[in-house]
Amino acid sequence: MNAPMPAGMAAIGGEHEQRVQRQAVVVAALSALLPPRCLLWQLEDVVPYECDGLTAYREHPLVVALPETGVEVAAVLRACHALAVPVVARGAGTGLSGGALPHRLGVTLSLAKFNRIVALDAVARTAVVQCGVRNLAISEAAAAHGLYYAPDPSSQIACTIGGNVAENSGGVHCLKYGLTLHNVLRVKGYTIEGEEVVFGGYALDAPGLDLLPLVVGSEGMLAVISEVTVKLVPKPQLARCIMASFDDIRHAGEAVASIIAAGIIPAGLEMMDKPMTAAVEDFVHAGYDLDAQAILLCESDGTPEEVQEEIARMLDVLTGAGATRVEVSRDEAQRLKFWSGRKNAFPASGRISPDYMCMDSTIPRKRLADILLAIAEMETKYGLRCANVFHAGDGNLHPLILFDANDADQLHRCELFGADILETSVRMGGTVTGEHGVGVEKLGSMCVQFSPAELEQMSAVKRAFDPHELLNPGKVIPTLRRCAEGGKMHVRKGLLPFPDLPRF
Amino acid sequence: MIADDPALQSLVDRVRAARAAGTALCIQGGGSKGFLGEAAHGEPLDVTVLRGISSYEPTELVVTARCGTLLSDLEAVLADAGQCLPFEPPHFGPTATVGGMVAAGLAGPARAAMGGVRDYVLGATLLNGRAEVLSFGGQVIKNVAGYDVSRLLAGSFGVLGVVCEVSLKVLPLARATDTLRFELTQAAAITQLNAWAGQPLPLGASAWWNETLVVRLQGAVAAVEAAAARLGGEHIEAAQAAAFWAGLREQSDEYFAGAARQVEADASVRLWRLGVPQTAGPLALPGEQLVEWGGGQRWLCSAAAPSAVRTAAAAAGGHATIFRAHDKSSGVFTPLDAPLARIHRELKRAFDPDRVFNRGRLYPDL
Repeated sequence: MNAPMPAGMAAIGGEHEQRVQRQAVVVAALSALLPPRCLLWQLEDVVPYECDGLTAYREHPLVVALPETGVEVAAVLRACHALAVPVVARGAGTGLSGGALPHRLGVTLSLAKFNRIVALDAVARTAVVQCGVRNLAISEAAAAHGLYYAPDPSSQIACTIGGNVAENSGGVHCLKYGLTLHNVLRVKGYTIEGEEVVFGGYALDAPGLDLLPLVVGSEGMLAVISEVTVKLVPKPQLARCIMASFDDIRHAGEAVASIIAAGIIPAGLEMMDKPMTAAVEDFVHAGYDLDAQAILLCESDGTPEEVQEEIARMLDVLTGAGATRVEVSRDEAQRLKFWSGRKNAFPASGRISPDYMCMDSTIPRKRLADILLAIAEMETKYGLRCANVFHAGDGNLHPLILFDANDADQLHRCELFGADILETSVRMGGTVTGEHGVGVEKLGSMCVQFSPAELEQMSAVKRAFDPHELLNPGKVIPTLRRCAEGGKMHVRKGLLPFPDLPRF
Repeated sequence: MIADDPALQSLVDRVRAARAAGTALCIQGGGSKGFLGEAAHGEPLDVTVLRGISSYEPTELVVTARCGTLLSDLEAVLADAGQCLPFEPPHFGPTATVGGMVAAGLAGPARAAMGGVRDYVLGATLLNGRAEVLSFGGQVIKNVAGYDVSRLLAGSFGVLGVVCEVSLKVLPLARATDTLRFELTQAAAITQLNAWAGQPLPLGASAWWNETLVVRLQGAVAAVEAAAARLGGEHIEAAQAAAFWAGLREQSDEYFAGAARQVEADASVRLWRLGVPQTAGPLALPGEQLVEWGGGQRWLCSAAAPSAVRTAAAAAGGHATIFRAHDKSSGVFTPLDAPLARIHRELKRAFDPDRVFNRGRLYPDL
């Protein structure tokens, strides 16, 4: 029954013993509840669960449980609760902040088998889906009815709706269509005690406190989600995109503000800076203007009449704001080509640098040029290059810091660079994470954004749902001790395992 | 910054003293929504001392205002910049405040199309029951740093603390609106509304009463014109339409005025607000019904037993709240099931361990 211990594990005798003992107890308890195929604990079986999309942090779970029914989920939770064993729920593992990083003394609860669309009601425009259904699969199933699920995080082919709920995922269209929270009606799940619980409902404005906004975005720390009811919306008949070049980043920033000031809410409003444009053009050959300091992509969708009206107004605004070149997509193929570079920003960065670290802060739109100029100064300060893509419409910035992880000093400078961007974003009135979540990655930055009393209030919220703090412990809310010891941004070193090198 | 507002310090001192003395406080804004919910207990805590718009930048699509700011003042400032609170919160009187709007969590006719109060809350500063001033969320649209406590405050009826200041997402006013009228039975209207909602149409609001369906289109000029031509119906003049939607939002129109009179005259009559799935058919309950939100909200003026109304709402997949009544002894809000009731109690304890604020206003044990 005893599994071989992970090779690189800390050789602290007491802890090792504790882990071996606990593993035996947990395996025994869960074996009584799950078929053998649903329980993994041998090293080679649990290694695939050691990290999520943030591969810099890895840990072997004590045990991986893969329940197939709600009854089994409840039973696993009851058993873990009785044994006081931490539980880390996991979807597709595409998260970018380490939210699904296993607990070395806990159970990883994989919900991969919950992959069924339970019901799709075209008249009510709702889909009831199990948590493991992929984001894009919902829109694919709804397409026959002229409907789709609006939030479209870039990982939508792989990421699951359960993970989207855990992170309150956005996407390039969320300025107009909202975040996950705005598109979810009802979430069914289980408390740590294994009790079934429903947040929200099929009707609007569920009775009592509105717990849905707490649960959506709670990174698996309040309840385990098993089923989600999402809103479906009519597919726009047409979408067209403007690609506009600017020879000055400030002009591009002002153009974004001018579009909003003109009363337009574009379906998508994205920006790339010059280094990013060069990287993606080399990759996708979309015909981007390589001389531009910044490129804006502005999309309009709706009825043909609506799109024509909005595109004309946006062209006026962009030209007035000093665009040096504008081009409107002629057809769907060209529109997709305009987007191809933006959507391939991450892989394109992977081609020009051995490694990159993706940041995710949000700033007020008006500070766009300021933060880009500040980042340019940081490039000099830390001796590393940075390419920027930006959800300009909602102020969410993704600087990609380029570095070589084989060089320990570069890795160190990259971490300082990233922390500096987050701190600067908070100083500009923004936030340390717009859509990727806190997970373990931004625990230190939370100390910058929130006061000790605010963090303590969040911990109290967690305990209201999970009194013994067994659900995904150690994520999202840093302990006050960690904030104090870490001296705001530098808490990661030495306190968390950092065995591998970042490879996004 | 609100932290520098001397009025805030006076509130903090009051809360600290109340906590020490075991006194209950009843948060008091403009009083326009005092009739909602369960009865208020405790010494009044006047929070209108916190007032004013702290920041507003139209190009950021966000406004930050203190709780005592008059809702009408806020809306006037937004309108000057061509923007609005798209969820059309009801005022229920000229004294309505921004804090009361958040605490009551009520939205108007546009709710189904545009979302509710909580969908527009971006951040809030809360004075909790430990007399701590805490800020959550922020002033940006995308923000997933920590739990979304600010949105939890929408509709919380003050049981977690004083919403001292709130940041709200705002949107441009619709460039065009058009209101259309159709003669339809309730069942036919509900079917029609759901069919339209599945198509790319600029639906903004709907109301059915007395065999008449009224629909508001709102959006881009071309989209509204095209949709109006397609849907048909009888076009209602802009001024008359605006008055109609305002009357619905403020419950001053014929249906709600009649309901208020009946409630006043007969102690057994209640005005109910039912939330049901939009596709739910007409509810078989005695009393006049008005249907809003594409079928998702049903108003019922009825002398039916509360248990009958709650049973019918639950059978339809929804819930029922007593909105106006003399007799609220059956409980204003739909009772919670065991796990949710426990989480509610624990959340109350997490924010307000000594139950300083608005005891019993939402549920008896909060």
